[in-house]
Amino acid sequence: MATMDRPLTQNIRTGRAFATLEDYRKTGGYEGLKKTLADLKPKDVQQWVKDAGLRGRGGAGFSTGLKWSLVPIDQAPAQPRYLVINADEMEPGTFKDRLLLEKDPHQLLEGIVIAAYAIQAQTAYIFLRAEYRLAAERLTRAMQEARAAHYIGAHILDSDFSLEIHLHTSAGRYICGEESALLNALEGKRATPRPKPPFAVVSGLWGRPTVVNNVETLCNVPHILRHGADWYKGLGRGADAGTKLFGASGRVKKPGLWELPMGTPIREILEDHADGMKDGYRLRGFLPGGASTDFLLPEHLDVPMEFDTVAKAGSRMGTGTIIVLDDKTCPVQMVLNLERFFAQESCGWCTPCRDGLPWTVTLLQDIVEGRGRPEDLDTLSRLTRMLGPGNTFCALAPGAMEPLQSALKYFREDFERYIFQNRTLKEAV
Amino acid sequence: MATIEVDGRTYEVQDGSNLLAECLSLGLDLPYFCWHPAMGSVGACRQCAVIQYKDAEDTRGRLVMACITPVADNLRISLNADVARQFRADNIELLMINHPHDCPVCEEGGECHLQDMTLMTGHTSRRYRGRKRTHRNQYLGPFVNHEMNRCIACYRCVRFYNDYAGGADLEVLGIHNNVYFGRHEDGTLESEFSGNLVEVCPTGVFTDKPFSDRYTRKWDLQTAPSVCVHCSLGCNTTPGERYGELRRIVNRYHGDVNGYFLCDRGRFGYGFVNSDLRGRFPRIERQPVAVAGTAIEHFRTQIRSAKGIIGIGSPRASLEANFTLRELVGETNFFLGLDETEHDLLESILGILANGGIHTPTLRETEQADAVLILGEDVTHSAPRLALSLRQSVRNATFDLARQLKIPRWLDAAVRQLEGQVQSPLFIASVHATRLHDSAAETFHGSPEAIARLGFAIAHSLNPESPLPSGLDEAEEALAALIAGRLREAKRPLIVSGTSCASLAVVQAAYNIARALPAQNKGLLYALPEANSLGLTMIGGRRLKDAFARVQDGSADTMVILENDLYRRAPAPQIDAFLDAARHVAVIDHLENPTTAKAGLLLPAATFAESEGTLVNNEGRAQCYFPVYPAQEPILAGWEWLIRVMDNPRWHHFRDLTSACAAAIPALAGIERFPAEEHLPKIPRQPHRYSGRTAMHADVSVIEPPPPQDCETPFAFSMEGDTVHVPPALLPVVWAPGWNSNQAINKFQDEVAGPLRSGNPGIRLIQASGMLPWFDRIPPAFVPERGFWRIVRLPNIFAGEELSAHSAPVAERFPDACVFVNPEDAETLAVSNGDSVEIRYELELSSLRIPVRIDSTMPAGLLGITAGLPPFRHLPNGARVALIKAGPEAPAKTGENQ
Ligand SMILES: Cc1cc2nc3c(=O)[nH]c(=O)nc-3n(C[C@H](O)[C@H](O)[C@H](O)COP(=O)(O)O)c2cc1C
Ligand code: SF4
Ligand code: SF4
Ligand code: SF4
Ligand code: FES
Repeated sequence: MATMDRPLTQNIRTGRAFATLEDYRKTGGYEGLKKTLADLKPKDVQQWVKDAGLRGRGGAGFSTGLKWSLVPIDQAPAQPRYLVINADEMEPGTFKDRLLLEKDPHQLLEGIVIAAYAIQAQTAYIFLRAEYRLAAERLTRAMQEARAAHYIGAHILDSDFSLEIHLHTSAGRYICGEESALLNALEGKRATPRPKPPFAVVSGLWGRPTVVNNVETLCNVPHILRHGADWYKGLGRGADAGTKLFGASGRVKKPGLWELPMGTPIREILEDHADGMKDGYRLRGFLPGGASTDFLLPEHLDVPMEFDTVAKAGSRMGTGTIIVLDDKTCPVQMVLNLERFFAQESCGWCTPCRDGLPWTVTLLQDIVEGRGRPEDLDTLSRLTRMLGPGNTFCALAPGAMEPLQSALKYFREDFERYIFQNRTLKEAV
Repeated sequence: MATIEVDGRTYEVQDGSNLLAECLSLGLDLPYFCWHPAMGSVGACRQCAVIQYKDAEDTRGRLVMACITPVADNLRISLNADVARQFRADNIELLMINHPHDCPVCEEGGECHLQDMTLMTGHTSRRYRGRKRTHRNQYLGPFVNHEMNRCIACYRCVRFYNDYAGGADLEVLGIHNNVYFGRHEDGTLESEFSGNLVEVCPTGVFTDKPFSDRYTRKWDLQTAPSVCVHCSLGCNTTPGERYGELRRIVNRYHGDVNGYFLCDRGRFGYGFVNSDLRGRFPRIERQPVAVAGTAIEHFRTQIRSAKGIIGIGSPRASLEANFTLRELVGETNFFLGLDETEHDLLESILGILANGGIHTPTLRETEQADAVLILGEDVTHSAPRLALSLRQSVRNATFDLARQLKIPRWLDAAVRQLEGQVQSPLFIASVHATRLHDSAAETFHGSPEAIARLGFAIAHSLNPESPLPSGLDEAEEALAALIAGRLREAKRPLIVSGTSCASLAVVQAAYNIARALPAQNKGLLYALPEANSLGLTMIGGRRLKDAFARVQDGSADTMVILENDLYRRAPAPQIDAFLDAARHVAVIDHLENPTTAKAGLLLPAATFAESEGTLVNNEGRAQCYFPVYPAQEPILAGWEWLIRVMDNPRWHHFRDLTSACAAAIPALAGIERFPAEEHLPKIPRQPHRYSGRTAMHADVSVIEPPPPQDCETPFAFSMEGDTVHVPPALLPVVWAPGWNSNQAINKFQDEVAGPLRSGNPGIRLIQASGMLPWFDRIPPAFVPERGFWRIVRLPNIFAGEELSAHSAPVAERFPDACVFVNPEDAETLAVSNGDSVEIRYELELSSLRIPVRIDSTMPAGLLGITAGLPPFRHLPNGARVALIKAGPEAPAKTGENQ
């Protein structure tokens, strides 16, 4: 694939640890920023990004340009505004931001500066997952380089625009990835989500207008500014614009991460890029976009990876990193494993999640340990509804219910086998 | 107003409010936990779920949380839809997963919001089969128990304690279903408002510890409406009794005064009622007598044979008791029993309130102030509940900002998010750092003179006609200008002052500032020393020193002292001389104290819990307390002793006495026919579930005695009577079907958190009118004198009030006895923190040895002592003392030779 077709990863090469400032510049790095500061007003940048059809890569797929346009930037007196970069990436099975952070940190920095300019933020915070030590190191270095080159700091490239970027490493909690909990954590408070509305664009960090964007989202921005909205739209194969990092984990021959056009069919990702299932394993299903998305089945392999098409198939594209379930792995145990994670990561704020997830775990545990009762399946289904969207305070619990509700739908016989045939853990697979 | 449809019925509701509050205001039952009427919504518990429909056609609707759903015109919702009902029941099931089945042994049982809400949703059987998570409980000090296993994680406790009350030592720790609400380690809760946790917590996690010791179910408590007697604010309380013992006090909602909260002094200070220091029998020449009649005969003889009689009233006794004393001895022989300075201060304050033309706000109104200046008070200690209100006042700027951002004021977490950006100014000028300093925009520390001078400077800056103090330094001038500027801009500025500084100049400077303020809606509020200080001053009477003179010159030889320990009013030698010179000293009081020790005749008085009376709070609001249980003969109410001794009393009943008092004293005319017309049938003090009545005294006799009669008040010592037509202001207990906790108050308010239906208790006796000339007696600056220090008594919530200090749990919270000195003074004295100094005071023979606490906010030349602590009882405000560093204590003898 030509570099123009995979802008996000063009600087990532085997044999090169990461792209230095020099490497990054060689492929046109910081050109987008130059152009932005020289020729474009903040509103123009917002419009370009809106026109390009960029949708948030953090999982929800909200239009990035639209989000930016909700920030009040003409108020008098001017007030502080913030850009916050969500680099928490704690969703199990998701490792796409890590690649971008570790391999090409300047791409993110350029995206940050352009985005900050678009919303007229004077300060940006990168909220980085605790375990991403290497990313922290490389970001820190890249920030020094960028500062020395006047890409960040006061009067960037001799313009009127100034921006400070701070790197904040998380203390480590999945809920810190939820944007409002992230803001609380940044402020040194408990990482509990905030009520929405008000949305962060109105009252975010320290109650000021704030945009929270995912790492990958922002990495797209320099390229849009350099090559234009139409070019970007043209990258996608279907309705959604641009490219995306898609990944696969589980028992495939070549687990990994690939930058592919939006709208690439799942089959292509799993069969062409991941090289199909490992010998001796058959595909039973997969979570298309990380741990908090619904299972899909082999019959869904031809669904293109796009926000709306995956939703229509009954799941979410989420982060675009596919977790594969093979025929020798017990779906009930897989779900139990995931629910343990979610139960542990519940922030403890709202009742259904805080008390419903641990109950889900005990029920699943009872089932796999041979203590399940027929009515437990009803209880589990009721819990999936109880913890559904709108019923809990944030999206963690509904996300946690997605693999479970779809497993109950698609793999019911596995649950029932434990309960009715008294199968236990060892015999399960 | 907005029109909404709830389950097919149409209602008019408050626009801008949230659905939960409006449903409750409409009298509908919708369960909730995390929402609190004073603290707003956070949407955490998910208990208040209802179905909201898109439009008239929508039949499915979607589940929303009522507490975070704004009311909008034409909103259609359902509380009864199956999906909503099922969700609420399932939610309770989840809350119950780890909840112990403790009800029978849980002190919350019978007044538990969790029980009520569980029943309301219909959840009955549990499907969860796993183990319950358990927690370790903490020791939290003398007031509050901790039983964390009962927690349902509604977050109300931390929201009250930290967000609302400004505390810092109660936190939520841990995560997921292991969230823990406690301190980082065992230890006494530091907040002066910790007792509210007992009511704020909807479960039995935080319960009333002193009550635990003598526990009774709510339904077994006999109760009556009451008023706190421990400071001048007049918070409303509900005391409860069982077996002739006062068992506890809980908040009684008052829409204008205390709202939902009390301070810890008010909640836990009642211990004196049950104390061993209570005089239970009259004493004639130190000999107890068994019946009241004997004492009354003796009293009458004394009075008849008196060459001249004087009566000394009390700022902690009711209007009626003081008035009866005045009637007994005659107006010219009635003395207020205050110390000289306090007498001056109170008369001056009364003059300002009555004729100064400036409104004294209610506590509710103080919460709405958009700029506050506290001049010379540490309100947390001198008028505690006010501190909680002033903490809310600083939020008004945030509410304004929220309005601009279209964030509703009840969406608590979202509004608090804005707190760092703006704050309504709170300025504090005080002797040293106060507990409200964390909320203050600017603070100033100085001697009372310096505080008064700053005050006069602010007034002058606001209006040049108000006189300017000379010789201010630049910093003081700048500060005065800054404060004046912010006060001038405010729409609802408030000046708070009071008597703590014992300085007339401070009181008067506060008036000048208030007068100089341009705003229409301005307020001036004085914190006063005692529960009826203002009432007593309104009755009016002579000075204590004139009483001394009367005994000295022989024109009086008999005195009646009403509920007043004179040793708190003047130096001991003076009081000794005064009491020794009289032929007959009759003392009416509840507790043994140095004055009762000198009484030739002691008449044991009923406390607030066993008698009725009217108190006038600091805003001039007359409020009545009623006996919770009958005083045990031969204990009588103060007013009753005094009526009984009269030869031909004109009144026999409390109500007549109140009317007579109103008729005789124009300022008190408002209390006529107060508190209420006779209520027939009477209102029962015992709840309808009161148990054990017939068995209570079975150890003595199995014959059930007839209930004691109450001829004085609308209440009966009984389970029988009218519970239906009771005006909410007279409710002995807050209860409604399905609502057993204090949160039943929803059912008795005009709207949630609004006034009680048919009015909040009390009558405001003072309407602001007139205007006083500018006060112009500006004191010169205080100049420290080498080798000497001046005593300033610093009020303390726990040690500072006479009666509550006799409550054991309150006494446990006394601060350590120490003296506060400025760092430079400490250097002069060559002492460091913890070293002892000897205090030498002219009027005391012995000197006092006490550890030093170096306080960088303490002005030089002043020696701060905690008012009310035993070692300091005899050190008056303003006393000039010498200090020297104390040598090492003589080593204590070992027990070897004994
Ligand atoms: C429980 C939870 C965890 C999340 N974790 C992440 C995360 O690690 N990284 C991320 O970018 N977004 C995460 N999100 C989504 C963010 O809340 C938010 O939607 C996103 O950062 C917005 O960025 P975008 O518009 O650029 O996608 C999470 C959401 C939830 C509910
Ligand atoms: S769903 Fe509720 S408890 Fe779970 S993480 Fe979100 S806010 Fe916290
Ligand atoms: S301790 Fe009480 S108030 Fe605090 S969270 Fe638990 S149940 Fe709620
Ligand atoms: S002491 Fe004062 S503030 Fe405290 S409860 Fe009593 S009246 Fe209220
Ligand atoms: S009361 Fe509405 S969510 Fe708790």
